[in-house]
Amino acid sequence: MATSAVSHSAAHGAIHVEKTGLWSWITTVDHKKIGILYGATAFTFFLIGGLEALLLRIQLGTAENTFLTPEAYNQLFTMHGTTMIFLAVMPLSAMFFNYLIPLMIGARDVAFPRLNAFSYWVFLFGGLFLNASFLFNAAPNAGWFGYANLTSKQYSPGLNIDFWVLGLQILGISSLAAAVNFFTTIINMRAKGMKLMRMPIFVWMSFITQVLLLLAFPVITVALILLTFDRVFGTHFYVPAGGGDPLLWQHLFWIFGHPEVYILILPAFGIVSEILPVFSRKPLFGYAAMVFSGIFIAFLGFGVWSHHMFATGMGPIADTVFSLSTMLIAIPTGVKIFNWIGTVAGGSLQMRTPMYFALGFIAMFIIGGLSGVMHASPPADLQQTDTYFVVAHFHYVMFGGSIFALTAGAYYWWPKMFGRMLNEGLGKAHFWLMLIGFNLTFFPMHFVGLHGMPRRVYTYPDGLGFELMNQIETAGSLLLGSSFLIFIYNVIRTSRRPADAPADPWNGATLEWALPSPPQEFNFAVEPEVHSRDPLWETKRERGGTLPEPARVSSAGIHLPNPSYWPLIAALSVLAFFVALLMFAHTGPWPMVAAGVMLFFSVCKWAFEPAG
Amino acid sequence: MTSWARAFGRTGRVAPFLVLALALAACGGTSAEYPQSTLHPKADFARMIDGVFMTTVWWSLAVFILVEGALLYVIFRYRGKPDDAEPNQVHGNTTLEIIWTAIPALILAMIAVPTVRAIFETYEVPKGGDVLEIEVVGHQWWWEFRYPEYGVTTANELHVPVGRTVLLRMKAYDVLHSFWVPQFAAKRDVFPNRTTTLWFRADSTGYYSGQCAEFCGVQHGRMAFHVAATSPEEFDGYVKGLQATAMPAAAPAGTAPADSAAVRTTAAAPVTTTTLAATQQGSQTPAVRPAPRDSVPPPAPATPAAGSVAEGQKLFAQRGCVACHSINATKPMGIGPNLANVGSRRYIGAGMLQNTDENLALWIKDPQAIKHGVLMANLGLTIEQARSVAGYLRTLK
Repeated sequence: MATSAVSHSAAHGAIHVEKTGLWSWITTVDHKKIGILYGATAFTFFLIGGLEALLLRIQLGTAENTFLTPEAYNQLFTMHGTTMIFLAVMPLSAMFFNYLIPLMIGARDVAFPRLNAFSYWVFLFGGLFLNASFLFNAAPNAGWFGYANLTSKQYSPGLNIDFWVLGLQILGISSLAAAVNFFTTIINMRAKGMKLMRMPIFVWMSFITQVLLLLAFPVITVALILLTFDRVFGTHFYVPAGGGDPLLWQHLFWIFGHPEVYILILPAFGIVSEILPVFSRKPLFGYAAMVFSGIFIAFLGFGVWSHHMFATGMGPIADTVFSLSTMLIAIPTGVKIFNWIGTVAGGSLQMRTPMYFALGFIAMFIIGGLSGVMHASPPADLQQTDTYFVVAHFHYVMFGGSIFALTAGAYYWWPKMFGRMLNEGLGKAHFWLMLIGFNLTFFPMHFVGLHGMPRRVYTYPDGLGFELMNQIETAGSLLLGSSFLIFIYNVIRTSRRPADAPADPWNGATLEWALPSPPQEFNFAVEPEVHSRDPLWETKRERGGTLPEPARVSSAGIHLPNPSYWPLIAALSVLAFFVALLMFAHTGPWPMVAAGVMLFFSVCKWAFEPAG
Repeated sequence: MTSWARAFGRTGRVAPFLVLALALAACGGTSAEYPQSTLHPKADFARMIDGVFMTTVWWSLAVFILVEGALLYVIFRYRGKPDDAEPNQVHGNTTLEIIWTAIPALILAMIAVPTVRAIFETYEVPKGGDVLEIEVVGHQWWWEFRYPEYGVTTANELHVPVGRTVLLRMKAYDVLHSFWVPQFAAKRDVFPNRTTTLWFRADSTGYYSGQCAEFCGVQHGRMAFHVAATSPEEFDGYVKGLQATAMPAAAPAGTAPADSAAVRTTAAAPVTTTTLAATQQGSQTPAVRPAPRDSVPPPAPATPAAGSVAEGQKLFAQRGCVACHSINATKPMGIGPNLANVGSRRYIGAGMLQNTDENLALWIKDPQAIKHGVLMANLGLTIEQARSVAGYLRTLK
């Protein structure tokens, strides 16, 4: 019975008191707490990355500006890209994976709760490691793409590139551990009756994302290991003077890098596909097409990497193949956009804040998709690549796409996560300011790029016609930045109000809305059973209306994993290992060996500690 | 709070129009307003690309209007109230879904056909006619151009004859760079371990901007260059001038045929007190402002103080300049830019500064102060000595 999802036994009288305090967060293995940790950390890094972007924009606000030195500019644009991709958008998605996947599939936690805690701590330390480079005035400075052979010891002798290479390795460990965890969770822990084709679409997109992570991250891991060997041990994988090939790096990087784009956008597709039906009061249009187009996008995503390399002159056959495979991706992407519009059409639209952001996502993502088709054509790309046209394109996809969708998700699931409704007026103000600021910042970049402004330049001369558009972009970026101040104000204001959000404020369709807001530690007192794609709507229809407010129940008799600090110690060991590698030239191998021993010991303790 | 929402709602409805107006304003423009634009091609290669690009633009624009229009329509048409009856629970429509899979596929085919044709055309160097081969070497952070046919080398200012196909064979000296003259041809990356090629045939004379387009280190932003497309006759004269620099350079400037006029006309020009005063203050930040890149006249005539040319030549030889720079276009050094005709170039520092006596002197005195990270050494010259060297270099045409 679908109703069992919501029929919490009211027999348990005592209200379970959950552990709070700092220690409970440090030792937590609860996917919901870990999700909140991911969210808070990633949002902090998002603000740092945003501030970096504002500094870049101020520098470019006028021609021949000297606000930033060339070296500072290069460090900031490298850290902006690296931060936004690895420390903001990916972990913000991870927040939703963590918080929502178990709730949506009717599970009490992820498959490996301690591994989950380990993933978070490694992510946090990876982010701190990367940003610690600023303290040594040695922030990475060769771009988030780190093209060889500029990254070789000869041309980048400082620690800048070492911080970048090792920082990404740390973050890769976190991503891979999390991907194994969610993959296993989704395969094994779905509620009774939740067949694959009944999974919420967000879970489907998350599942595809985990597959992409599992297949793409090993490639960058190998590429980074080779670069580490070049830099630390004097090998020549990418060093032409020793017979190596810098082009090898580009292939390896983009075999990872293009799937990475879908790692950043597929969770956003999932979020929007959950929100649109709820606020249209109508099921997702073409569920199966949405699932299979997601799979198709991910599959094709591994066959298009060289479209980042048309300017290297690969020859007409390779250019043709990668051009056509890239254009093919537009077809499943188009299917998604049309099905979203089909979801809205014929509905009864409830224009709440999450819906604004979800619709804004579609409108902006269309623009990013169309400019993507433009440079899928290699001749056109030869003019556009490495110019601001491409900067415009991927910000329409990454910001207009991912960030709009993640923001929509934040407004939508906020009441579930924190038991409080965010203010609607402030939410809509946030939306309009963000939409206007975003377009003012990035739309002129199409034109300034076509008019010949390259990327990654710390300044530009007068007389090339770049000034006016850059001024507009800088003004827009300040508006865009300030829109998040409204969000922060909204969050602070909301946190001071009573936690009185109902369990199901939006008339949701998925299982999490059957639980109290916020859910109890064990999620489901009784494991739910599912009979359709929109189990909660089905239940509500059967009952002829809304559901009763779920009662908080005792956790007596519910098995939960014990908290543990060993994942944290293991993550610290990982950090120590990479710090030792960074210092290798000074300290030799023994600190690394010590860190390895510590890691082994902490993993043993974690494994043999009683689970509950 | 609802009033807030209303206020922002009104602003929001105006936003698309603002964006559109902005777009239209930026779309137009002439090559004088946007001298580095990809939208004003001046050679066959760039024209071919422009054709494909405009195909993608029209299709994209059509799709943009239709799809964004459909989105806005459904948003306004299906706005509901909380107490409205539940709408019809549609789960999909196979026919519709097949249609909106097929139509994008057809549109992509319309883009793919000219794309593939242009891919093959742009890789194929036009047959027939006489192809001028030029070797391009990208350096941190300047460009070297060699003409094997004529046995000469120059830097940062590429001269090509209009109407003749130019084939560039390109390599990098150090790290990856990307050669880009938007009005002639698209980008082609250059590598230290392989040769890449690019071709174009300029169809109108003029002075065009180009820039490195692959991030290549701290001064990537200052790795510009220029292309002077000239008549074949003018180009011949240019090449002969470069070949003439092979003559023994021992004779003091003034006896070199190309220099005499310049030196004679400028020898009388006094060094103004204002410039001296400015330099004597020894300010850390030199009073150089990079000049606007277009609307720059041919280089200002050299105005060295009398007698300083010979002094400058001596310093150039004695103080180590010759370790990196050749003043003989037929004998490239390959380390620093060849200076055989530096006096006739419009810019110094890879497109950074207008080539004037003052700018050149300040550059020679302390290149790091002007372009931090540049690989040119500070030779510890006094400003007077730097002026002398600049005066000498400005006579090299």
